Amino acid sequence: MERKKEKVGKFIRVLFKRKIVLAGAIGIGFFLIVAVAAPLLAPYDPNKVDFAASLSGPSMTHWLGTDMHGRDVLSRIMYGTRVSLIIGVFAVMIACAIGSVLGMIAGYFGGIADDIITRFTEAVRAIPQVILAMALTAVFGGGIRNLAIILGISNMAAYIRMMRGQVLSVKQADYIMASKLQGVSSFGIMFRHLLPNCLSPIIVLMTQQVGGTILAESGLSFLGLGISAPTATWGTMVSEGRNYLLNNPVFSLAPGICVALLVICLNMFGDGIRDALDPRLRGEG
Amino acid sequence: MGKYVTKRVGQMIVILFLISIFIFLLISFIPGDPVYAMLGEEVSAETYERVYQELNLDKPVVYRYFVWLGNALRGDFGQSTQFHRPTVELLMERMPVTLYFTFLSFFISIPVGVLLGVLSAVYRGKPIDTVVTLLANITACLPQFWIGILLLYVFAMKWSLLPSFGFTWPWEDFGNSVRTTIMPLFCLAIGGIASIARQTRSSMLEVIRQDYIRTARSKGLKERKIIFIHALKNALIPVITLFGMRLGLLVGGSMFMETVFAIPGMGSLFVKAITSRDIPVVQACVLVTALISCMVNLITDILYAVVDPRIKYE
Repeated sequence: MERKKEKVGKFIRVLFKRKIVLAGAIGIGFFLIVAVAAPLLAPYDPNKVDFAASLSGPSMTHWLGTDMHGRDVLSRIMYGTRVSLIIGVFAVMIACAIGSVLGMIAGYFGGIADDIITRFTEAVRAIPQVILAMALTAVFGGGIRNLAIILGISNMAAYIRMMRGQVLSVKQADYIMASKLQGVSSFGIMFRHLLPNCLSPIIVLMTQQVGGTILAESGLSFLGLGISAPTATWGTMVSEGRNYLLNNPVFSLAPGICVALLVICLNMFGDGIRDALDPRLRGEG
Repeated sequence: MGKYVTKRVGQMIVILFLISIFIFLLISFIPGDPVYAMLGEEVSAETYERVYQELNLDKPVVYRYFVWLGNALRGDFGQSTQFHRPTVELLMERMPVTLYFTFLSFFISIPVGVLLGVLSAVYRGKPIDTVVTLLANITACLPQFWIGILLLYVFAMKWSLLPSFGFTWPWEDFGNSVRTTIMPLFCLAIGGIASIARQTRSSMLEVIRQDYIRTARSKGLKERKIIFIHALKNALIPVITLFGMRLGLLVGGSMFMETVFAIPGMGSLFVKAITSRDIPVVQACVLVTALISCMVNLITDILYAVVDPRIKYE
């Protein structure tokens, strides 16, 4: 126990030693606070319509101006943070939960189970992610819950592949054989021994996927396939605002900057976690 | 080699078969009655009965799948429900535009991306490296549609330099074609340039450290020759996968650009088909995209084996 604490302490020290990681973490913290405290921080009700003030540019009363219904852009952006973060986090969790279990099953049992799961993964990977997600929204419809599930499914293949590879490399170890001889069930071995072993690559993959998922969500919402009208999301706002670029360009451009900022922070932090957990996983960059 | 290619082609066919099942099942998952979905709620009983028979809805799902697959293989994806025209005709009309943009952006992003990557690797830590790396990282996080809208705002609306939408083939009106192509092309190519530059930089840094480069230096070769011939040759191997990925992005990649600039390509067709639940078009687009990305993957894998003899496939 004592050693574990020491390890976590060391991990955190290594993680935050680099300023860029710290900056990413602070950025993420900022967006989290905005998302949680949106009702307290937002100067206006995000859905309050005021046609007299529609499409006004940035001013003292409306810092980022108003949209075509006279709603305050800043308040809507603040509420939009919630949608982006919720979908980003939940989609990745869903992808990780289903993908890891499928990958473990494929790697551990081998044979037919492996064949089916591997072929399935290859098929999913052959369809570009956005296209897959869009085809699924065409069938199941949008909304926050559906979008999280759909983006989760389209992210799943990466976990299956990674888990399968990890399990294959650990499976032959002596301690797995020992537990088998002791009569531990297959699922016991998988969840008690194999899963903890693969934890660091899973965490790395998860932190690196959140940003991409948020980008994908904003894209789907931009195309009008994500979350429907009254809810404020960054992608929808960019799309609504592009018809009024001459009146209030900030209305369309600001939400996009928020997407980019959040994704940059998430990626910086994700890279930091990767380097601190396992420098060997360092890929490009 | 021949054996490897046959094996990969076999795998590809299995994958495409699985994808076709998935695509076909998409219709069965749609909530509500498929006939109503196609024709609207106000159809007469006879029409309903006729379409019901035509769609083979009285037959088992496996039968319907093979009928659908047989037609699809012959290039018949059925009628588009929103345009009331054969889906294939629509694809034939839209695909060249998307292909044109994809290939243009492909052939721009490779040299530019590789050059930037090499420069930032050679001048590691110098201002040029910082600028390239920073820009590449920021671009990777910017939504493509946002870049498009920014360009639209600045160049079309503020400065009125370029038309904000439309598309002209170069042989119809060259000047106009160039003006309508610049912004969409930039929007499409920038992401590729960024990711190719990043990948080239890191694999260049890896290669430069190796012994054979030191040998080349110590025998007095010109630095330029070492970098662009000896090092780059090996450094580009991992980048090949990326080329393939960029090309495979075809529809998915140009969707946002086509939506922002109102380009009549396959991406905007796909978006329209999805919003109006035009299932035949959705199916055709997904299948064609999957087919193209499978073939591109196959070609990159083979290329990989050709350029890197160290890779031995079982």
